[in-house]
Amino acid sequence: MKWSASALSSLIDSVVVASAGRTQPLIALVGNPNAGKTSLFNALTGARQKVGNYPGVTVEKVSGQVEIEGKLAEIVDVPGLYSLAAISTDEEVAVEALLDESTSPDLVVYVMDASNLERNLFLFSQLAETNLNVVVALTLTDVVHREKGEIDLAVLSNHLGCEVIPVVSHKNEGLKELRDAMGRALADPRELELDLGFPKIVTDAAARVVEQMNRKGIDLKPTEARCVLMDENCSTGDRFREIPELWAVVEEERKLIFGANVQARTVDAQSRYAWASRVKSESYVLPTVPRGRTKTEMVDALLTHRVFGLVIFLGIMYAVFQSIYTFAAPFMDLIDAGKSAVAGVVGGWLEGTPVLQSLVVDGIIEGIGSVVIFLPQIMILFFFISVLEGTGYMARAAFLMDRLLGWCGLNGRAFIPLLSSFACAIPGIMAARVMPDQRSRMMTILVAPLMSCSARLPVYVLLIGAVIEPRFGAVWAGLSLFFMHFIGLAVAIPIVLILNKGWFKGKRLPFMMELPKYQWPRWKDVVLTVFSRAKVFLVTAGTIIFAMTVLIWALLYFPRGDTAAYEKEWVSQGKVVAEDSGFDQYAELRQREDSILGRFGRAIEPVFVPAGFDWRLTTAILAAFPAREVVVPAMGILFGTGGDVDEESASLKDSINSATWPDGRPLMTPWTAVSLMVFFALCCQCMATLAAIKRETNSWKWAWFAFGYMTALAYILSVAIQQVGRMLGG
Amino acid sequence: MAERVISAKDLRRGMRARIESVGDEEALHTRLLELGLIPGTEFKVTKIAPLGDPMELELRGYRLCVRQSEVECLRLVELD
Repeated sequence: MKWSASALSSLIDSVVVASAGRTQPLIALVGNPNAGKTSLFNALTGARQKVGNYPGVTVEKVSGQVEIEGKLAEIVDVPGLYSLAAISTDEEVAVEALLDESTSPDLVVYVMDASNLERNLFLFSQLAETNLNVVVALTLTDVVHREKGEIDLAVLSNHLGCEVIPVVSHKNEGLKELRDAMGRALADPRELELDLGFPKIVTDAAARVVEQMNRKGIDLKPTEARCVLMDENCSTGDRFREIPELWAVVEEERKLIFGANVQARTVDAQSRYAWASRVKSESYVLPTVPRGRTKTEMVDALLTHRVFGLVIFLGIMYAVFQSIYTFAAPFMDLIDAGKSAVAGVVGGWLEGTPVLQSLVVDGIIEGIGSVVIFLPQIMILFFFISVLEGTGYMARAAFLMDRLLGWCGLNGRAFIPLLSSFACAIPGIMAARVMPDQRSRMMTILVAPLMSCSARLPVYVLLIGAVIEPRFGAVWAGLSLFFMHFIGLAVAIPIVLILNKGWFKGKRLPFMMELPKYQWPRWKDVVLTVFSRAKVFLVTAGTIIFAMTVLIWALLYFPRGDTAAYEKEWVSQGKVVAEDSGFDQYAELRQREDSILGRFGRAIEPVFVPAGFDWRLTTAILAAFPAREVVVPAMGILFGTGGDVDEESASLKDSINSATWPDGRPLMTPWTAVSLMVFFALCCQCMATLAAIKRETNSWKWAWFAFGYMTALAYILSVAIQQVGRMLGG
Repeated sequence: MAERVISAKDLRRGMRARIESVGDEEALHTRLLELGLIPGTEFKVTKIAPLGDPMELELRGYRLCVRQSEVECLRLVELD
């Protein structure tokens, strides 16, 4: 593992290691979603980024290094927040990291969208009540200027009580000034004091609470007292909630403030928004000419149109799907050819030591190859995802599709991960990060492998071509191919409903989101996203896939079988042992059968008889568990036509059709063909998928859960189909 | 001008409304308030998704997409 990790990461560039303890100042980028946080983060850090996880959760932590006055500081891109009162796991993690003393940053750079001041000021007003040290980076001032508005920075900075630096990240404007301001704030940390203009009755009550608490020897600030009064869940309240005589003080003042029907939360929000709109009106010079339709509105008139919007959406999705399905193929072939070439050369060097040769060729080189093979699809998909996110179209896609996916507990953003999974579940699972909350992300990840990926297609083509088409004609063949692609999706819906009702308890998160203004993609951000995803895959999921490949190699290689005995069997079938006689493949197959994994397979063979599978089909299924790509060659070997076959081979189709059970009944009835295809459609025969789930959910538990439920489902449905078929006399 | 009390179901594209009160479903209620949907706020329905839901509202100088079910807790008055 160690070796592979270092080798793989040297393929790209070295991983920045997190500083243990706090040897560098810690800076957090905080702001509303769509305020331009990530662009600013990229502009400040360049390629010095690393992607990890917040401890114990699936929420991703993106951090990097930024240079301030010649010294490096660690900077974290905190997930977008609307409020410090978190309602999703992602928000909870972000808020906790900000407020917990051990992780609390030395400086917060508050990223404020100048074109949406009021709402961006709301979160600022909450931050100002913590003891965090804040500098404001004002983004999207170019949008304000385009709309003929003007912002008076001095007035704004005066209201906020901290420095306000305008930045245009993609043009690198204001970055130097921001760095300087960050340096000043780090050298001279200050807490903010805002006059939010809460009703007098509230501030008076807060003052009385402070006074009484002080008299009882408890240090309390007016803002803290107000928080306790206004918000039942305010963490300051935990300090004396359990002490009746102190809590009574709070309760009494509460009763005074709120008459029977005044809600604390409403008063709190009203006061903050009143403050925000006052700050805005004093620092923001509104355009004098009435605003016409903006470009975004014009584009949206088309892209969210009830007819054209959907047509264009389907067109874009088709293009994305085709790209990962078709454009990736030549690159994957190239990687495959490269792998074979390397295996040929290296295998030649190790001719004298068969064990080492097999370990290196079938274990290590195969392992690296089976990791790198996913890169073209992952990089192409993330190219599209970051272009769609960067232009603002992703939010429109979610808006258009939410009704379709929202009713069962997913949301509109699940469309892209699920669609991608029809090409390959690995990029699909990785794409689930476009989901804003952990719950829908988990559900998307868990059903993504049910979508019929391209590796399942050869099985369908083979069986439909061999069994369905000759008997029922081309129309039924086409229909069955369509239904095979549909069955995973159909099964996914009840799974999501069950997970939603039973497993992920608790309230569903609101959909609430914004359609950001359209803009051209920032190519620098696109390139950074593509490479950082590729790196994350190689370093984390890749290591697991590699290790599993080597492990499976060992389970199939040991113990070594008796070649002389295999020769005897071969000769007794009336065949000759010679080159190209097929004996080598036969011996390999017998070796696999006698290996640790093969013996295990034989032991559970009877389990598959109710599904209509004989030992050959069962062996092919078991061989396909690490990766379903091998199933057609495996069937070639098992049905005696050799491993050098593909799904179009006439010889393989013939021998499948003529295969019988020991009692002479034909093996491959149409029911068996359907049952086998359904098994392949639903079963999780792909260890790379499990590795990707482990990486994305940060837990093996969910990987095994996906494996377990999919395998169980595949088995139950294929047995059911076979049994129903028998009853109907198939 | 005649003011008509309406609910989220009655919202149509181009319609303007004022929020009279916000319901009390804990998390949702808080989030709506935090996003600026507080009593007295006026908004305009700028888009309705092709499949009928969600919709986009314009308020406080920005636009927010919400599902109909999420704003059902608002008591609204239709404005002209």
